[in-house]
Amino acid sequence: MSHGPSASGGALVAAPPHGHHHDEPHAPVFVGAARAELDTILSRYPTKQAALLPALWMLQDARGWVSEKGIEEVAQVLSLTPAYIKGVVSFYTMYHQHPVGRHFIQVCTTTPCNVCGAEDVVRSFLEHTGCGDLGLTSADGRFTVIEVECLGACGFATPVMINNAFIESVTPESVPRILSELT
Amino acid sequence: MGYPHPSHPRETPVLSQYFGDAEARTLAGWRARGGYEALQKAVTMDPQEIQGIVKDSGLRGRGGAGFPTGMKWSFMKPDGKIHYLCCNADESEPGTFKDREIMRWTPHGLVEGVALGAYTIYAETAYIYIRGEFTEPYARVTQAVAEAYAAGILGANAMGSGKRIDVHVHRGAGAYICGEETALMNSLEGRRGNPRIKPPFPAVAGLFGKPTTINNVETLTAVPYIVKHGAEWYKQFGRPDNPKSIGTKLFSVCGNITRPGNYEVALGFPFGEFLNDLCGGPLPGREIKAVIPGGSSVPILTREEAEGAIMDYEGMVAAGTMLGSGGVIVFDDRQCMVRQIARLTRFYAHESCAQCSQCREGTAWITRIMERIRDGQGTSEDLDTLLSIADNMSGKTICVLSDSCATPVVSGLKKFRHEFEAKIAANPSRVTVPGALRASAA
Repeated sequence: MSHGPSASGGALVAAPPHGHHHDEPHAPVFVGAARAELDTILSRYPTKQAALLPALWMLQDARGWVSEKGIEEVAQVLSLTPAYIKGVVSFYTMYHQHPVGRHFIQVCTTTPCNVCGAEDVVRSFLEHTGCGDLGLTSADGRFTVIEVECLGACGFATPVMINNAFIESVTPESVPRILSELT
Repeated sequence: MGYPHPSHPRETPVLSQYFGDAEARTLAGWRARGGYEALQKAVTMDPQEIQGIVKDSGLRGRGGAGFPTGMKWSFMKPDGKIHYLCCNADESEPGTFKDREIMRWTPHGLVEGVALGAYTIYAETAYIYIRGEFTEPYARVTQAVAEAYAAGILGANAMGSGKRIDVHVHRGAGAYICGEETALMNSLEGRRGNPRIKPPFPAVAGLFGKPTTINNVETLTAVPYIVKHGAEWYKQFGRPDNPKSIGTKLFSVCGNITRPGNYEVALGFPFGEFLNDLCGGPLPGREIKAVIPGGSSVPILTREEAEGAIMDYEGMVAAGTMLGSGGVIVFDDRQCMVRQIARLTRFYAHESCAQCSQCREGTAWITRIMERIRDGQGTSEDLDTLLSIADNMSGKTICVLSDSCATPVVSGLKKFRHEFEAKIAANPSRVTVPGALRASAA
């Protein structure tokens, strides 16, 4: 029996790419309008800590991933420690702990999609993006492909998320067209 | 209407009647369809009276556990304490995608239900916790909340009631376990999503340590219809001989089936007719082999068992499974059950929060064995080991994720043991020598 990448316990999270991103300078995220937005978010909760997930989303939306320096800034604005925040970040699958491709592609392969051929969709994405394997970023920096657990759109197999866009009923054949619409 | 296909004549569309109707998404469109009339009525009533109506209606939690909603709400008294309402929109149970459509098509229906629920449990603040992957539902609900604030439906004098009702939308970040109610509260507080030991129950000490009620999207969306039309109206939906299962229920159908999608039927509907008529039966030239009727955490049924089952809480228990979240996963005769059960256990191994050892170790161990059998490397001892691990994973942990991983293994082995045995029989080195493992390890 042959196995695709998804059948043999392949990576569900992206692996760290090469490079020295930890040394990169960090421009503050929570200034100006973003600081005002965070203050609005803070007003919704009785504790500062409750704004942690929203603040991490703001950080990732602004910088593409959640860096050490970014965590230090969030720690500063929410009066938490970086160690505490790292513990939270590592619990959730959607925060990128290292840079990923410009188009982050998540293909659902959990059982309901699996029985509809989701592993063939994964193979098609790997082939047409040139990523080579799950979690690796293509040489041109455009794509990273991962498997994701149940996206909650099982009746529209196979659902795929590309950054914040949610695409239903993807087939191996529709992958080239989807990719051609990305920059 | 209906989405992605027109409603079937045998459906009973209440919550889903505006699926596919884009105008229902706007405040004006929702009002034109009778929206917010229930909330307007509710804020003139005593919260305990509303609790009584919901209790009388027989509505039970639609997230999976089926706890009576009115009883849950009646735990919240006018004690002067800060109360919170949480709406669980972390829909992540494989096979389930009903809350997604409610939020995409009728976001104001949910906002109305949440505001009504908050008023009824003496809460000024409600949070809707939406899973991180649901970007469109998040945008729709956020937009509806903004419109409701602008119209004075929410805020300091909600609906002219003189009472404050705030509703905030909170985005998750990818973790199945956050659909467990206390994990959701931890996550909302900015913590890792580890389930909490109960007691204390949320009604005593929940979100931010305050008395909290948590309800599923579908449950809260049903409440305005009950308040508007009355408990007696709601009681018409269900089997006459089963007063314990009342109302309509959304069922999500996926896998190897002709017409996947959401269907809303009165509880008590025959499952055979549902699968073969409403959903169009198996794909051409195929046969249904197995069905998981209530999301991936409930026992698997054979086709014969499924076709004879009744779609309500008690009917599914009588068939040896559970109604759960109403997520129906269909497997046809092309599917290898060993392979698919292995994929399910891998899901649970990935999603275990790892705080209980039985779950952390058990989900990973059971997955290793399942994948080894799948790959033709299993032995007959593995089947006993699987059952032994499953036994040690059930009823011994803080939450039921561990049990949920054991369930498909136990029910799969019981009903499709021949498929496991065929995989093992194909393994040329299936005969193990006692002590061989220890010898090779040393």
